[in-house]
Amino acid sequence: MGIERREFLKTLAIASGTLAGVSSLKASDKAKLNPDRFGVLSDLTYCIGCRKCEWACNEANDLPNQPLDSFSDTSVFEQMRRPTSEKYTVVNSYADKGLDGGALNVKVQCMHCENPPCVSACIVGALRKHPDGPVTYNASACIGCRYCIITCPFQIPTYEYEKVLTPQVRKCTLCLERTIENEQLPACVEVCPTEAIIFGHREELIDVAHERIKKNPDKYIDHVYGEHEVGGTSWMYLSNQPFNEIGFPELSDNSPAELTESIQHGIFKGFSGPIMLFSLLGIIMKVMKKEEENE
Amino acid sequence: MNNITTLSYEKPRFFTPGVWVITLLASVGLLSLLVRFIFGLGAVTNLDNQYPWGIWIAVDVACGVALAAGGFMTALIAHIVHGKGYKSVIRPALLTATLGYTFVALGVLTDLGRYYNMWHILLPKYWSPNSALFEVGMCVASYLTVLYIEFLPIVVDRFKGRVNLPGMLKTFNGFFERFLKILDVSLKKVMTIFIILGVVLSCMHQSSLGTLMVLASVKVHPLWQTPILPLLFLLSAFVVGFAMVIFESLIASKSFNLKPEVKVLSRLSRFIPILLLIYLTAKLIDMVTRETYVYLFTASLDSIMYWIEIIIGIAIPFTILMFEKYRNNQTWLFTAAASVIFGVVLNRINVYLIGFTPLYVDKPYFPAWTEIAVTVGFISLIILLYRFFALNFPVIEDMEN
Repeated sequence: MGIERREFLKTLAIASGTLAGVSSLKASDKAKLNPDRFGVLSDLTYCIGCRKCEWACNEANDLPNQPLDSFSDTSVFEQMRRPTSEKYTVVNSYADKGLDGGALNVKVQCMHCENPPCVSACIVGALRKHPDGPVTYNASACIGCRYCIITCPFQIPTYEYEKVLTPQVRKCTLCLERTIENEQLPACVEVCPTEAIIFGHREELIDVAHERIKKNPDKYIDHVYGEHEVGGTSWMYLSNQPFNEIGFPELSDNSPAELTESIQHGIFKGFSGPIMLFSLLGIIMKVMKKEEENE
Repeated sequence: MNNITTLSYEKPRFFTPGVWVITLLASVGLLSLLVRFIFGLGAVTNLDNQYPWGIWIAVDVACGVALAAGGFMTALIAHIVHGKGYKSVIRPALLTATLGYTFVALGVLTDLGRYYNMWHILLPKYWSPNSALFEVGMCVASYLTVLYIEFLPIVVDRFKGRVNLPGMLKTFNGFFERFLKILDVSLKKVMTIFIILGVVLSCMHQSSLGTLMVLASVKVHPLWQTPILPLLFLLSAFVVGFAMVIFESLIASKSFNLKPEVKVLSRLSRFIPILLLIYLTAKLIDMVTRETYVYLFTASLDSIMYWIEIIIGIAIPFTILMFEKYRNNQTWLFTAAASVIFGVVLNRINVYLIGFTPLYVDKPYFPAWTEIAVTVGFISLIILLYRFFALNFPVIEDMEN
């Protein structure tokens, strides 16, 4: 299935390229990104599964929290968990097939895509890609259609279905307020005792990641997950195990947003398609009417 | 039955035993709707973070839009191409489309978490031209307006020359008569523009409903996920538009004790096999190009659903309607139309629900009974309103004589 899906992705990518070429339009007026925008590198081999990042995230985002001690409870690892509307990040544990036979822990949160499908999907621009990296959400603009959740390639955004009047889409903010507005580290990065997650400029982090692989080619899989997936993500991972074995989806290097936006703009650029159709129908109508009158 | 209609036709009463049942279903739906707005989406739906869209989007919206395609297809055939002899089906199709789209809008409103912000799509500061959903939203809103304008002449015809306000308001009778007269004349002048506009808007959003799910990429099963999904949605909307006109006309004839218009409907049905063939060809070329035939025999729910879609929705109606003797037979005509409709409905449900597989699934989605109640309730309301308008407004020609 995995391989077949990848084949399918390839065809999608090719089709996307062709469409973009045919319409000779820029696939999208991509959000202008700062060259020194931020990112996070998560080295799974450093993670000890202490889940302090979960605690710190709850604190920083005013989410329901528990005492820090309770997070050392590893029984939560028995089940695979996903982020919820009250938990922007969760750590899952996988058996480490490497040398020491321990556990490989994977922190899951919004990947903050470079060309996010959720942003492309949003009908009112409530989701935006910040030039410095984070994918932001503006609840007051949101109409609650949940199309963003449909389109997220990592299945990250969550929804407050139980709220009657003011449900929100909830997900990691990359601690926008802390990082960009106050020059602090994201809460999870700050609390991490092993530097398993490091915050920095995305381009530099990519260099760091490749450097680590180069120094330890036997240890790491030669793949920086998130460098190219769906056109790149702000959050990137290094691992000593194949990513598809530890819960990461296999994704094409193109953002699905490129394909749909080239379809949309190919048809609707300057309303040329609709206007042509309108004129064509108008002419047909005139001609047929005349014929009818002549009879 | 023929004799009844030609001798002295009497309009049936609104309520029959069947109509009472439908009224009951509508009431249950409205009650569930009330619960949704008082207690929130979580209280009445099984939606979650894996399946953010359920049957309200798949059935009420995606199927609703497709099944309301009869409106623009008859406008295209009768008004634009000036095909003769289709006059009697225009107004019933228009009524269905108007009611259909009204309830698509209501369905969306029900599903939106912050429905009170729906008007945001009209504000330039929120416009998002990259979003296929934005285009769908704008087109549906515009087309609904166009449909109401196209429907106005029916209202004008109903009251023109017989405005009869009670009591004190009598003095305004003359005023309203003059108003209706002006409206009548001006509508006739501008209607052409709205008819063409209606067709253009329909083509735009029928296809964009397909584009919508292209963005869900790997989550939609390869049997349905394709960059040409917008084209397939448009082609199937063309087919189902004709099928709906036939289907509803035959049901209305039976329900209102009228002579079925087999002749007109049979002529209309000739388009269906041609369009089905184009639709199927596009589907097959796409399948061969993307090599998705490998999924055809996997004995999974997806492949079974795909086969049902192809056999019942395409192969059977195509075969039936290829023969003139079947096209002229009421029962066969009805069977063919019903199977086309079934096929397109199943297709939309496949693309939006059955073929939609989240990356991580805790539990598969099955609609809550309250979700089903709302959907059934909306459909019931459409039927009741159709009956009301057909009985009280000049919609079906034979009922007016």
